[in-house]
Amino acid sequence: MFNTPIWGPAMTDLLKLENVETFYGRVMAIRGVSLSVLEGKIVSIMGSNGAGKTTILKTISGALDPFKGSIKLDGNEISSQDPDVVARMGVAHVPEGREVFSLLSVRDNLMLGAYCRRDRGAVQQDFEKVLGWFPDLRSFIDKQAAYLSGGQQQMLALGRAFMQKPRLMLLDEPSLGLSPRLIGEIFDIIKHINREEGVTMLLVEQNAAVALETCDFGYVMETGRIVMEGDRDRLLASENIQEFYLGVKDEGVREERRWKGKKTWR
Amino acid sequence: MTGLNFADVMQLAIIGLAQGSLYSLIAIGLVLIYKATEQINFAQSEFMMLGAFFGFQFIVLWGMPFWLGFLLAIAVLGGIGYTYDALVIRRMTGQPVFVVFILTLATGIVLRALAGMFWGFDSFSLPSMMPGTIDLTGVIIGWDHVIAILAAALLSLALFLFFRFSRVGIAMQALSLNQLAAFYMGMPVKRLTSSIWALAAMFGALAGLLLGPIALVSTQIGFIGFKAFAGAIVGGFGSIPGAVLGCLLIGFAEPFFDTAFPTLKGVGAYVIMFAVLLVRPQGLLSQMHQKKV
Ligand SMILES: Nc1ncnc2c1ncn2[C@@H]1O[C@H](COP(=O)(O)OP(=O)(O)OP(=O)(O)O)[C@@H](O)[C@H]1O
Ligand SMILES: [Mg+2]
Repeated sequence: MFNTPIWGPAMTDLLKLENVETFYGRVMAIRGVSLSVLEGKIVSIMGSNGAGKTTILKTISGALDPFKGSIKLDGNEISSQDPDVVARMGVAHVPEGREVFSLLSVRDNLMLGAYCRRDRGAVQQDFEKVLGWFPDLRSFIDKQAAYLSGGQQQMLALGRAFMQKPRLMLLDEPSLGLSPRLIGEIFDIIKHINREEGVTMLLVEQNAAVALETCDFGYVMETGRIVMEGDRDRLLASENIQEFYLGVKDEGVREERRWKGKKTWR
Repeated sequence: MTGLNFADVMQLAIIGLAQGSLYSLIAIGLVLIYKATEQINFAQSEFMMLGAFFGFQFIVLWGMPFWLGFLLAIAVLGGIGYTYDALVIRRMTGQPVFVVFILTLATGIVLRALAGMFWGFDSFSLPSMMPGTIDLTGVIIGWDHVIAILAAALLSLALFLFFRFSRVGIAMQALSLNQLAAFYMGMPVKRLTSSIWALAAMFGALAGLLLGPIALVSTQIGFIGFKAFAGAIVGGFGSIPGAVLGCLLIGFAEPFFDTAFPTLKGVGAYVIMFAVLLVRPQGLLSQMHQKKV
């Protein structure tokens, strides 16, 4: 009788994009993207090189201004705000390639995540939490971040973003260049931060297997557009996803696939 | 060079170090801005000039107590540096580096003309923080020189501690290393950058105020800023300790060079820069980790 529960937490969009278009000079990189991220969920955007995944995250966090469209955080338009303002509204962007402060210590990197926070006691607790999740960081705590391995830098970038006490994390290919074991470890922490700390996640990945394993809902992007969306189970069941992103091939009927001719599914 | 006895050598050395200390204060400002924004501020010497002129205005013309006028002049330059970035340089983000280069060069020329309009083109000298001389076992040195050396040393140390331990100092380092990541942390990058310009202008002003009692102040005083550039380049542009070291080296060597080659007076700084760069093109203390981009 009721479509939505009248008690319990309301299902609201923490982030909502409508018809967003982003250009690099005259090159249109995002061609009208609409998507929404429910509060408390992990939503992934999958797609191959150059699909526009990084660009969409940069547009959300304010590093790029969209040419058109609306980006709402909790109902507030943020599409023309500076990235520091968006960050202070509760969005933590973990950029592609980690972007840690190379010549500063691991400690300074983490504490800079909390630069805008005034709740000192809670900051200290969060700091301990991060070191608990990533013991490697504790052993390098006073070393320059430049001396960390790629995986440790990813941990640092994630920990630094958590120190911002965000409501929404934008994760740009956290699996990039990591061993399968390390990917497993890092994604366990990502899920933990989502479930136990209540941080909503928008996760960008080329590694669809990992993304689908982690997310509640997913989008597939191709050349600046969303070409497919659905909850995790639906995407996992999809043959397109199976063949092109998970590498599962059904030899017998492969040739007959009608979508084979679709331009977007190269 | 034959006529120099020990006392003469000591005297030249201390005068040279004092001069080098003043160069280093100017150079610190240059490097601060360069590290934060990868821009080069050619108006830095004019910030120094304005520091001296405002000191002259407050202390000599308006008769303020020395320390009040001194600190006020530094504060005014802080305000000018901050505003200059907030109103002008910030808008140039994303423009080619040479645009800012020419812009600051032009700003320097305009500031010199404006200063001449207000204070005239004559030379004057600033009152001394501590008049008189000190007798260092036979070497007679003006207190002004000693104070210049001490002030530069203390301020370099203070700056080091500020960047190493204070929250804002660490944030300024962070934005110098990776501006976009600093934005993503929610740091007020624009305000911090303008504050770095303020800091740079204040270091320039201090150099001007300390130079005032030693040398004559005029609208042409800014030309010693080029020697600060030479010092910063000798040290490896982009490193503050390097800039200090390079400036001390140049300042120290200059009086000896001028004594040895009186006909080439004034070019010693550039000869040294040239010599160092031939041997070490990256400067004495270049940064170990190159910045990305
Ligand atoms: N700075 C830039 N200037 C011009 N074009 C750019 C720039 N950055 C990206 N592009 C273009 O925009 C498109 C989308 O790039 P984007 O980096 O968002 O892709 P991506 O999905 O993140 O790819 P990857 O998986 O390789 O990281 C690409 O065609 C790319 O060539
Ligand atoms: Mg990318």
